[in-house]
Amino acid sequence: MSSPNRNRSNAFASVRDPAFLRRVFWLALAAVLLWPMLVLSEFKIWTLFSAESLKPTLKFLADFFPPKLEPEFLLMVARETWRTVAMATAGIALALIFAIPLSLITARVLSVSGLAGHMGYGSAMVRTVVRWLLIVLRSVPELIWALIFVRVVGLGPTAGVLAIALTYTGMLGKVYCEILESSDSAVTHSLLRNGTGRLQAFFYGLLPQSAAELTSYTVYRWECAIRSSAVLGFVGAGGLGQQMDASMKMFNGSEVSTMLIVFMLLVWLADRASSRFREGLS
Amino acid sequence: MKAIPDIACKPLPAQLPSQLPPPLWDARCKACWYVVFIALLTIASFWSLDLQWGKFLSLDAIQKMGRFVAELLTPNFETPFLNKLWWATLETLAMSALGTLLAVVLGLLLALPASHSGAVRTITRAALNALRSIPELIWATLLLIAAGLGPMAGTLALALHTSGVLGRLFAEAIENSEGSPAMALRTSGVSELKIFFYATLPQIMPQLISYTLYRWENNIRAAAVLGVVGAGGLGAMLSFHMSLFQMAETSSVLLAMLALVVLVDALSYWIRKALG
Repeated sequence: MSSPNRNRSNAFASVRDPAFLRRVFWLALAAVLLWPMLVLSEFKIWTLFSAESLKPTLKFLADFFPPKLEPEFLLMVARETWRTVAMATAGIALALIFAIPLSLITARVLSVSGLAGHMGYGSAMVRTVVRWLLIVLRSVPELIWALIFVRVVGLGPTAGVLAIALTYTGMLGKVYCEILESSDSAVTHSLLRNGTGRLQAFFYGLLPQSAAELTSYTVYRWECAIRSSAVLGFVGAGGLGQQMDASMKMFNGSEVSTMLIVFMLLVWLADRASSRFREGLS
Repeated sequence: MKAIPDIACKPLPAQLPSQLPPPLWDARCKACWYVVFIALLTIASFWSLDLQWGKFLSLDAIQKMGRFVAELLTPNFETPFLNKLWWATLETLAMSALGTLLAVVLGLLLALPASHSGAVRTITRAALNALRSIPELIWATLLLIAAGLGPMAGTLALALHTSGVLGRLFAEAIENSEGSPAMALRTSGVSELKIFFYATLPQIMPQLISYTLYRWENNIRAAAVLGVVGAGGLGAMLSFHMSLFQMAETSSVLLAMLALVVLVDALSYWIRKALG
């Protein structure tokens, strides 16, 4: 008597949720994978709420309000904020100087021997080498470059500017090359076939159609560079990050909160400026 | 018979109107002002920073750099050290994966009110912007006070920053999703939670997965670096060996970082291709 009833209820369950078993399987698999991750990252969330960590945290956070607003402190923050912007701008300017020639070398559209179908052996090798150089430059994070340069040139903005310049050379070079290669190659190729130089072919064939895209990407990267230049201060490259690091080490909540607010404002302003600029271009 | 296109029949104007190229400077041209502004910004930047090019390009610095590079070219491949490196790499991977997972949960929780309307939306959006605008590294230094040295601070830092990014993207995905399935369920009296799970979530799932993968890729790079401020993983090893000037070990750590990044890039490229 009971067996058809159970059958029906089973059938009913499968109608209600046909993917039930599959879902259970994936959840179980996720749990099995999650366990070693929790162990490896020493994820013990309850330590956050233990007395010895809660007390200094609450004290630090209570210190956040009110933010420190003394005139001389604000003046110092303004100076360091300008430094952060200047480091980003100088870094991007240097990156442009390196990235433009490197992307011109790697762009396949500008290859004369490539017109015949396949590239010459020598030029293909040069392209590969430059491409690998760009990959290495952008694979090492800017913070690591900064750590290395701080060892060589000492503390200060020079290390930060160099770090930004190297990483962004890699990024800009790669993306410039992609933009150039994705644009319409007909004009460039006919110019090259008729015997113009490669630079002329670039200026008259490639640049007019991709100038807006190139500029807009550069401005976007400048915005990213401002964020990373603030972070570089944490390894001693000057600017807002370094002051923030110092204040945090002294558990000075009110100073940290002022600088965090200034930093968020700066990021917001850079975001606005860059999107205004890019709207103006399109 | 096919009509000849109109354009071929049009006679050329007898004389093209002569037009001078635009002048180099025009007060009404917005782009000119932008260019001037950028030039001034760049000049002011270089001028105001006390950049020590002399020091950087001096013989001493070049020699230092050369020695540095030479030392970096001899990585340490001894077994006990490699063992340690392997665990640090796994720790970095775990940090990034767990941080991303937490961010997905937190991001979805915040995306629901952020895709609503009214004051709730404004407040949650502001919170998401705040979470997003502070980089992982700054979150990590802030969290070190609460969570102490170690990978947990790094994981939480990644989770906080990424939940800001993902929350905003998810909110946009929810807002752009088709509303009629949800409406159909709502008119037949289904609860809001079920509507989300059976009408909205299946629609945004592909976007959700692709955004998450993309952020995970980013987070692995970030996780490798976070250790520099004391938040565990490969970065902690790097800053430790670098501060002791043990260049062979530093070089191995750098190689491990590079390998990790390249591997993840290849993996996510492959997954993206497999997903179409």
